[in-house]
Amino acid sequence: MVLCLLILLCVDCQTTGCKDRIRQVVKDNAGLSLTSDQVGYSTDLYRAGMTSYASVVLMIALENEFDLEFPDALLSRDVFESIDSIAHAIESLQQVQQ
Amino acid sequence: MSASQRAIEVPEFTASEAFQRALVIAAQYADDVDRRGRFPSEAVDALRSAGAMSWGVPHEFGGAGAHIDDLADATFELASRCAATGMVFAMHQIQIASIARHLGASLWFPNYLRRVVREQRLIASATSEVGVGGDLRKSNAAIEPVADSPDRRVQFEKKASTISYGAHADDLLTTLRCSPTADQGDQVLVLTHFPDMESKPTGEWDTLGMRGTCSPGFIVRATCLTDQVLPVPFAAIAAETMVPFSHILWAHVWLGISTDAFSRAQNFVRVQARQNPGTPPPAALRLSELSVRMAAFRALVQGALQEFMSLAEGERRARLSTIGYAVRINNLKIAASEAAVEACQGALRICGFAGYGNGGPYSVGRQLRDAHSAVLMIANDRLHATNAALLLVYREGK
Repeated sequence: MVLCLLILLCVDCQTTGCKDRIRQVVKDNAGLSLTSDQVGYSTDLYRAGMTSYASVVLMIALENEFDLEFPDALLSRDVFESIDSIAHAIESLQQVQQ
Repeated sequence: MSASQRAIEVPEFTASEAFQRALVIAAQYADDVDRRGRFPSEAVDALRSAGAMSWGVPHEFGGAGAHIDDLADATFELASRCAATGMVFAMHQIQIASIARHLGASLWFPNYLRRVVREQRLIASATSEVGVGGDLRKSNAAIEPVADSPDRRVQFEKKASTISYGAHADDLLTTLRCSPTADQGDQVLVLTHFPDMESKPTGEWDTLGMRGTCSPGFIVRATCLTDQVLPVPFAAIAAETMVPFSHILWAHVWLGISTDAFSRAQNFVRVQARQNPGTPPPAALRLSELSVRMAAFRALVQGALQEFMSLAEGERRARLSTIGYAVRINNLKIAASEAAVEACQGALRICGFAGYGNGGPYSVGRQLRDAHSAVLMIANDRLHATNAALLLVYREGK
């Protein structure tokens, strides 16, 4: 049962569980002064103070966390703008990989 | 516009009689502009007479609708006569493109662009800032609302570390934080008119090269309408237009300077060859080596121009905001700026003391001094630091 749930979380990145995993990675890597409670799914991370370098660190951390590689077309500012947009990109990648 | 239509129109810009006259004037005054460190007003006036200040303004606003390849061609031709004139033209066209490609639903900016066409206005930019340095994507100064303003005015004060031709421009594009509480990277671009602003130079512009761009620091204070703020975050303007336009047009300035130096070296070798018929002059081999470098330099610049043109419009435009493109356009700037210094140094070695002396047909001192500015304009070390970070995640070749 737990395994099934985990698989579901990985497959569907629009779930709250997946977005909370992303939020944790954002909290640990985006260099924001906000607490994770203050970072909503649609909060603009760049406007919240994420630097260009921090965004690169975040990208690497997300690749490790979700065991995937972002292709060049997804390595852009709008993809890493918010937890929602990151979740959308990860979902699209996981669908391609299946 | 179809390719066949463009093939007819491209030469219209640089082949026009008025632009050819501007080239002659730029060449005529280049040494005086350099020696006295003064603005190339004769050449810029001639460019105004040719209508060149609005070449980059789209047809729908009454401009010539020139594309970046037309502008690059004109920049190259100007810079091979007078680097300062080429750089002023390039920078102005970068500001035009930054407005024209990002004006969204604004009603104010289309009218402004029509004024540029009618009045051939010259636009400078204030993107650098004391305390931030040359980092385009950070600002300390911010726009703030004017209290009790019936027409929703905003105001700002910025200490710009450099504003090229600031004392000679009609208008100014300034990067600013979008509010006093915004993060340093949360910027907008604001257009103001010099007569409506307070602007005070904070130093002299007495430099090694690019003396005619007249680029001292300034303190600028302005109040303007909210409509004068471009309605798109500067992050998008920088990635999609200002950075690629800058690096591509600057690279054409440096290619122009280098081609001028190469031509002088070639003429020098020819004269030597004529003086000793039957024996190839020793410098001829050096010229051949330099020709290989020039070919690589041209290919580098051409490749970057073609890539940008293939991504500039439509769905592919989003690719300009990718990390991969940022790495490649930074690489262009680094490689082209270094190639320019190498080319001018190569030309100096060929021309010897005829190249070392100021003045005369084989002098390459001005070109070498101008070329040295290239590695400093957005310092290559800063770009290396940026690329070093981006290459942690971007995989070359993908």
